[in-house]
Amino acid sequence: MFDFLEGYDLLGAFWVTVQLTFWSALGSLVWGTLLAAMRVGPVPLMRGFGTAYVTVVRNIPLTVIIVFTSLGLFQTLGISLGADRFTTINFRLAVLGLTAYTSAFVCEALRSGINTVPLGQVEAARAIGLSFPQILRIIVLPQAFRSVVGPLTNVLIALTKNTTVAAAIGVAEAALLMREMIENEAQLILISAIFAFGYICLTLPTGLLLGRLAKKVAVKR
Amino acid sequence: MRRTGSGRAAKRRTDRDEAPTVLYDVPGPRARRRNLLWTLLFLAALAAVVWWVIAGLGAKNQLEAEKWEPFLTDGRVWQTYLLPALKNTVIAAALAMLLALPLGALLGIARLSDHRAVRAGAGTVVEFFRAIPVLILMLFANAAYAEFTDISPETRPLYAVVTGLVLYNASVLAEVVRAGILALPAGQTDAAKAIGMRKGQTMAYVLLPQSVTAMLPALISQLVVIVKDTALGGAMLGFAELLASVRPMSANYGANTIACFTVVAVLFVLLNLALTTFAARLERRLRRGKRSTGAVVTAEAVDDLATPGEPPAPKP
Repeated sequence: MFDFLEGYDLLGAFWVTVQLTFWSALGSLVWGTLLAAMRVGPVPLMRGFGTAYVTVVRNIPLTVIIVFTSLGLFQTLGISLGADRFTTINFRLAVLGLTAYTSAFVCEALRSGINTVPLGQVEAARAIGLSFPQILRIIVLPQAFRSVVGPLTNVLIALTKNTTVAAAIGVAEAALLMREMIENEAQLILISAIFAFGYICLTLPTGLLLGRLAKKVAVKR
Repeated sequence: MRRTGSGRAAKRRTDRDEAPTVLYDVPGPRARRRNLLWTLLFLAALAAVVWWVIAGLGAKNQLEAEKWEPFLTDGRVWQTYLLPALKNTVIAAALAMLLALPLGALLGIARLSDHRAVRAGAGTVVEFFRAIPVLILMLFANAAYAEFTDISPETRPLYAVVTGLVLYNASVLAEVVRAGILALPAGQTDAAKAIGMRKGQTMAYVLLPQSVTAMLPALISQLVVIVKDTALGGAMLGFAELLASVRPMSANYGANTIACFTVVAVLFVLLNLALTTFAARLERRLRRGKRSTGAVVTAEAVDDLATPGEPPAPKP
């Protein structure tokens, strides 16, 4: 029944999905935190930049961004991100696109977390003379991060599902393999079920595990 | 007296859309100088990036006027490529929303059923379709239509895109509907029971009509997600929407890839901004409104509702 699977690297494709998710998650956590810091900071120009970035990026389809990294950045402008093999270039471009897109959502999640930190915390920090970067680093962000584990989990799950878009620029992840298998094999329902199951295996445990973590670390108020 | 006044001011400052200015003091002379320094540094960094981009674009001849001009002076670009593509995007998004809404309402109500089997069935469907990527659903729908139906290959991408979007968004909207109904004050159900309404009547005449108002902002914000996801069909299924118009357009107007992408991105942003602005305005009106219960499922709540896993706890 499953002999049509021969010759296809199913696990390898899902491994690429996991790698895409991991690197993009890492990148967007860093860039998203920086954006959030800019958006709540005292410098008007940085606030404006953060707001503009989030507004624009959230309203562009991820597919447009990913296809742009390949057609625009690589094929037109010749930016290859320091890689020389096509597969590596496309992978890095996809991570870049996913990071640029996802960090806007990380930023918004963090900002809502910053708003849950009680005013008294910040007022006390200001009263003992901490500067803005110190307040953010020592007082606000640690509490904000603990309260946004839940929302960030949602972003992570959305990111896992969004990695399928990398198929549009030929990254050999699960969705691309699924399209190839559907074209070559006559087992449409079975193939689709296998891939659906694969994604459920990736998304549901993430939600359950991090959901539990979210309850554990949340600041009780 | 003063305390309540300042308390209220502080409360207003932490509202969602405004920067929480309480994170830093009102700048004095030194802070102003420091902010100015940071502004200048950031401006320099921005300028460096912009210069690098422009130099890069110039080196690849992407800034020539003839590559950008057609979008302003030549009506044919719009008539041949952009407007038909935009029309397809809007048609697919509108169809998906119209079909997903009743399906989602049905699933959402089923999840609130008193019968465990109905609840579990609807729950499984909702969790399943929220857990898998839309693209997988689209690819499946595309292949399934090719194999089991005789829909012509020209219209098949539209069918596939709409099917994928409906399956996914119906399950998200099911959660929106459920949240909308749960957000209503319990007194509504009690009152309906008190005047002798049956369960179905309570749902049809009391809960559902009110929850529709409450969830309008969330619905519109989901429409933004739908609009964005139509681009998947353009990249993977050959559906002739905005993103898919980039290739033929740049081939016809002298390889102006960057210009084409810019225009397409701007169109998407404008379309979605119009939707989000409308949703935000509606949300504010609903919160202020005296005729409604004041219950509202916000645009932001959709992010949580679109995630598989345990349902968000109903608000007390």
